[in-house]
Amino acid sequence: MVEFLFGYFSVVIVIVSVLVVTSRNPVHSVLWMLLLFFHIAGVYLLLNAEFLAATQVIVYAGAILVLFLFTIMLLDLREEIRLGPFTGGWPAALAIALAVLITVVAGIWGLKPAYIGPWGIKEIQTETHTKALGKVLFTEYLVPFEIASVVLLVAIVGAVVLAKKKLKT
Amino acid sequence: MIPLHWYLWLGSVVFCIGMAGFLMRRNIIIMFLSIELMLNGVNINLVALSHYMQDLRGQVLTLMVIAVAAAEAAVGLAIVIALFRNRPTVHVDEITEMKG
Repeated sequence: MVEFLFGYFSVVIVIVSVLVVTSRNPVHSVLWMLLLFFHIAGVYLLLNAEFLAATQVIVYAGAILVLFLFTIMLLDLREEIRLGPFTGGWPAALAIALAVLITVVAGIWGLKPAYIGPWGIKEIQTETHTKALGKVLFTEYLVPFEIASVVLLVAIVGAVVLAKKKLKT
Repeated sequence: MIPLHWYLWLGSVVFCIGMAGFLMRRNIIIMFLSIELMLNGVNINLVALSHYMQDLRGQVLTLMVIAVAAAEAAVGLAIVIALFRNRPTVHVDEITEMKG
């Protein structure tokens, strides 16, 4: 059953990612991306990461994709769709990406994880997943968490400064 | 029980499709979508390693990646809007003002 679910999720993820990068219309790309994010959330559920699956759906599908859709609809892209979607050098780009893929796949082939941490399935089950993640996040990784909040604040201010109209002085 | 390698291969394939999309497309919005695709490939790998190595650090790192992806999307799309206001194009090969 788990193998079947993993096969379904991975086949859909690969097909939909190819559709995202090859669709001519950006709105279609964003909608394929929505399907992709739900299937990635399914993979997270297979890996016992319920909190991350929920975060994936809420943050990516709920916030980031809506931002993309708003931007596409703010810009008038009817002219753009008629031109070819790829730059002139696309065969070279495809070759580079394939070379990276072959290198990474060959590198993963011999990978063996040696380190086994303290959070096995039993420990997470007794603690519940969100609580366990919160314990790690707010003790061991408190400083990176605060830095992430500063990064988000800078992004908010930066987006407003960049996107607003220049005021006449 | 699915081997760890299958998850890592899935994440690498998603990463490389995103990389190919970033290098191939000329529409800047789809280039940003490709960056999100690459970050998601990395996230699959981090969560898979976190599960198989029985440590929650990978999932904490995934949360950081999601936060940075949200920040990057907000700033990037604001740049696209500012760019479109000055020049009505989203094709990266037509934006050549900074060429020396």
